[in-house]
This record gives sequence, C-alpha cells and structure tokens, in this order.
Amino acid sequence: MTAPATHVPAVIIGAGHAGLAMSRRLTERSIPHVVLERGEVANSWRTERWDSLRLLTPNWQNQLPGMGYSGDDPDGYMTVRDLADFISAYAATISAPVQTHTTVTRVRANDRGYTVETDHGTWTCDGVVIASGGSNIANVPSAAAQVPASVAQFTAMTYRCPNDLDDRAVLVVGASATGVQLTDEISRSGRAVMMSVGEHVRMPRSYRGRDVFWWMDKAGILDEGRDDLDDLVRARHVPSPQLIGTPEHRSIDLNALTDRGVEVVGRLGRISDGVAQFSGSLANVCKLADLKMNRLLQRFDDWVEAAAVSEVGPARRFDATRVPSPARLEIDLAEDDIGTVVWATGYRPDYSWLDVPVFDRKGRIRHDGGVVDAPGLYVTGLNVLRRRRSSFISGAERDSEELSEHLDRHLRLNATS
Amino acid sequence: MTTIDTPVNNGVNTEALLGAREALTGAPEAAEFTWRANCSWVNGTFSQTTVDGFTGLGQEHHHKTPYSFDADHPECFAAEDRGATPPEILLASLASCLTAGVASVAQHRQIQLKSVTSTVEGKMNVLGILGADPDVRNGFDDVVVRFSIDADASNEDIQALVAQAQKRSAVYDMVTNPTRVAVEVS
Repeated sequence: MTAPATHVPAVIIGAGHAGLAMSRRLTERSIPHVVLERGEVANSWRTERWDSLRLLTPNWQNQLPGMGYSGDDPDGYMTVRDLADFISAYAATISAPVQTHTTVTRVRANDRGYTVETDHGTWTCDGVVIASGGSNIANVPSAAAQVPASVAQFTAMTYRCPNDLDDRAVLVVGASATGVQLTDEISRSGRAVMMSVGEHVRMPRSYRGRDVFWWMDKAGILDEGRDDLDDLVRARHVPSPQLIGTPEHRSIDLNALTDRGVEVVGRLGRISDGVAQFSGSLANVCKLADLKMNRLLQRFDDWVEAAAVSEVGPARRFDATRVPSPARLEIDLAEDDIGTVVWATGYRPDYSWLDVPVFDRKGRIRHDGGVVDAPGLYVTGLNVLRRRRSSFISGAERDSEELSEHLDRHLRLNATS
Repeated sequence: MTTIDTPVNNGVNTEALLGAREALTGAPEAAEFTWRANCSWVNGTFSQTTVDGFTGLGQEHHHKTPYSFDADHPECFAAEDRGATPPEILLASLASCLTAGVASVAQHRQIQLKSVTSTVEGKMNVLGILGADPDVRNGFDDVVVRFSIDADASNEDIQALVAQAQKRSAVYDMVTNPTRVAVEVS
C-alpha cells in the first residue's frame, strides 16, 4: 500500500548546519517546509568521522543564522561530538521541522515541482534544497584494488582511532587536513608511518599571534566571492589546508611530521606485485605549497599595513618544507612491514537518489552558487559554493540568506503561474 | 621618472590557450590527442625517428614539415656517435617542455621574460643497461634541471613560474610518474 504524498512548499534534504540554516531562513520567510534527515541531526559528524577530530575553525567563528558559540572557549576548536551537540542545539533553538530517520530514496521532477520519495513516505513540493553535504563517500584511488589481502585498508570514514590498527607500519595516502591529522595521530601511537603526499595546502595554525582563520576573516579572504576567483573549479576541489584543531593550537606541517619520524614520499602512482610506486614530483608539490603559503602570509602582512593594525605580532616566514633526499620512489609493502593503508584521498557527495538531469560529465551538479540548473532546485553546504567561507560552518549564514531569497522568489512566481 | 607600459610579450598566445581550455572542457572528446613517432633502424645503434602526423580536436593533423631525430651512442660505447643518445633526447624533451611551460605561465602572469636557459643532468650507472648488476636500474636515478631566468619579476615570482611549469608539464609528469607502456610486434 502507498500512502498519499504530503504537499509542502519546500523540502530540505539533510539536517546538518547548512540544511538547518536554510530551515531557519525559510521560517523567517514563513515558508512551510520539512527537513528530511536519514539519521539524527548532524548525522555525518556523529557517525562518519574519526574519534579525535575537531573543527578547523575557532569556536567564535562558527556563527549560524540566529545562533553563535556561547561557551567559555571562543578560541578553541570543537570536537565532533561538541559540534554535533551544537548543531542539535541549533535545530532545537530554531524549532526546525526535522523528520529524522527518513532516508530520501529518489527526487524527481513532477508537473509543477518535485516529488521526494523516502523510506517513510512521499512529499511533493515546489522547491528542494539539497543539503546532504559534499562528504558522503570516501574517494579511494584505483590502486586500492592492488593492495595485497594481508594489508588492512581504511578510509577517513571507516578509521576511528589507532587502536583499530595492528602494530605494523602504516601508509597514509593523502596530505590534506585529514591526511596530516591521521598521520600525526597514528605516529603518536608508536607505529611507523609513511605518508604519500601530492598537492597540498600548507598553512600555519597561527600567525603573528592570531589564528589563521582570524586572518582569513579580517583580510577578506573568506568573503571572496565565486566571481572573484581566478579558477572556481580548482578552488572548489583544492585539498583542505594542513591544519588541526588542538587545545595547544599547534601547527601540523610536513616538517613537524618529519620531525616525529614520519617518512614522506610522493603521490601514490600505482601498486603492482605488492610494490607501491610514488611520484618523483614531491619536491615540486612541496615547493608549490611553500610558495602559496608565503603568498597568503604576504596578503596578511599587506592587510596589516593597509589597515594600520597594531595589535599583532611581527611578520615572519616559516622554514621551507624539508623534502627527504632522496625520497623513496618504490616501497615493497611486505619488506617495509606495512600492515595498513589509510586512504585520506578526499570525499565526494552521493547523489544516487537525485533523478533530475542536472549533472555534468564528472557527475557534479550544475549550479551557479547553489542555484541548480533546474527551477526550484538548490544545493548548499559545498566547498566554495558562493564564496570561500561556504566551505566552513559560518558560510551558511549568508549562503542561506541569499539562496532562501532566490527560493522565495521562485515559490511566489510558481504560485502566480 | 616616467614609465611606459609595454605589453608583456613572450610570444605566447594565452588568450587562445585559455579559449581552448574553455572549449575543450565542454567537449572533452576533442581533448583526446594521440602523438606518434616513426623510428627506423639504420645501422649499429644508429636510428632515425620522424614525427609528422598526430590526432586531436577530432581530426588528423600534420606538422608544417616532418621533424627528424638522429639517435646513436658515442664512441666510448663502441658506436659511431651519429646522433644524440636516447636518454639525452629525453633530457632535451624534459627541458624544452618545462621551458615552454615557463614561457606560457609567464605570459599568463604578465611577466616579461628576457632570457631562459637551463641545464639538465641525468645521473645513470650504466651497469644497469649493460646487464652487469641486477640491483642497478637502467634509467636515470636522479634528474636535475637548473634554470637561469632573467625576467621582470621577483625571485619569488620566478620560483613560482618554474614550479607551475612543472605542474603543467607533460614530460615532467611522464618522467616522475609511472606510465603504462605496451611494446608489441606486428
């Protein structure tokens, strides 16, 4: 038996910070809606991240529409558990109409809008906001298929803590925030760690006495819009910066990891007959990251000068990345006693349920700042969606304001047509 | 003091390249290129390789004229030295690819180049190719490229030029990363 569909003007898919911020905006605009959530509020943060993870952004910056951080550690970094609780508190504060444990199985266009099918009923609506995030599936390169069966494999979504691993050496593939954090943690557990490094983004945790996100906020970098960026596609897919949120506010670059005894190798090419091959371009990717970091620091320094800011420390530059010479190009996994490979090679969204022809040849949704190439369809909570800040919690504030305005207009036009 | 703004001109048409990038992103099948070379053994270790045709943009193309490369080995290898060694041709290939990249990136970044020279060294222990020591590889262990660049730019900007040229180089990629090679006999 099939229950009749419920009609509602707007359906938001996903009750993370971005979906809830949209919910708040629709409530402000008196637009009835429902937020469909496959698990609990902030589900990915609760169930799909490693135990020690903390946000990269300082607490004071995690402002959502109608609620900011009110704890006693504004300069600290929330643990994922605290973040999940923060997002749940937000859902309660804004009285978001969340329907939990409701998994969307299909979204398709109908005569005047969309039909949203779930495992707990069907909705029809005029507008759909996709807020299921950009990190639903862990990317794993094709080389994973060649990893010998004697070697355990984890992704950033299945790894929880070093105790999950046996005592043998570990190869971490990837040098984004995830890669450096997992490398650091596993190395601290006493295991030998090798880290495969491709293009990456180096950034100090703090500079001239302030958090790097303070600088990016003040110097206007987070608010650079998508039209200001030279290469938007690249900006959306650049790896996350090599940062970690710790109570000590420490930096975590390749030099720090090398000092801990981590062996750095180039980007993983392929694995054959139990031998992993790495790119000889390691020196260049490190050089690119150093140059790029220095350009960023220069922007901070220029801003200090232009804005005549006085309450910051002196300008400085950090040591160049020390590249092992010679870096190894081949590693026999058995000879080096590698027992685990951890794939920290990024995430991608899961749109398998979206049955609307809005995808480009790479399977990405075609959209302009979240306004999808299909009337009444929106996507939010993605990297550099409308501005650099969109990649972070605080990006939802303006993104949701602007997208809800667009959706509101769409609904009014639809109602009069 | 007065300055006159002369437009940066390294002889690279970046507008056309950026246009091609835009067009090919929308038509990815046209971006598939196949490069070809034809090699004939002459005598001893001497061979001649000619390049002429290639496919791309959905059609067959020809160079304005065929180009040839003579390859041989020097006299200390008991050969007649009628051409460069194949590894030297690889070094030439790497240097010229990176140099083209430097010019293109400089144009895009509005940096006027005055001179760009480079020396490439590849270190090799020939016990590998002689089959005398199974622990020694045949190819280069280390390749070092040293650029000397005179340009209207800071040292930091020149370093960034060279770094970006590596990032966008086909030959650099092929030398630093594994490539599948199938050798067949017809």
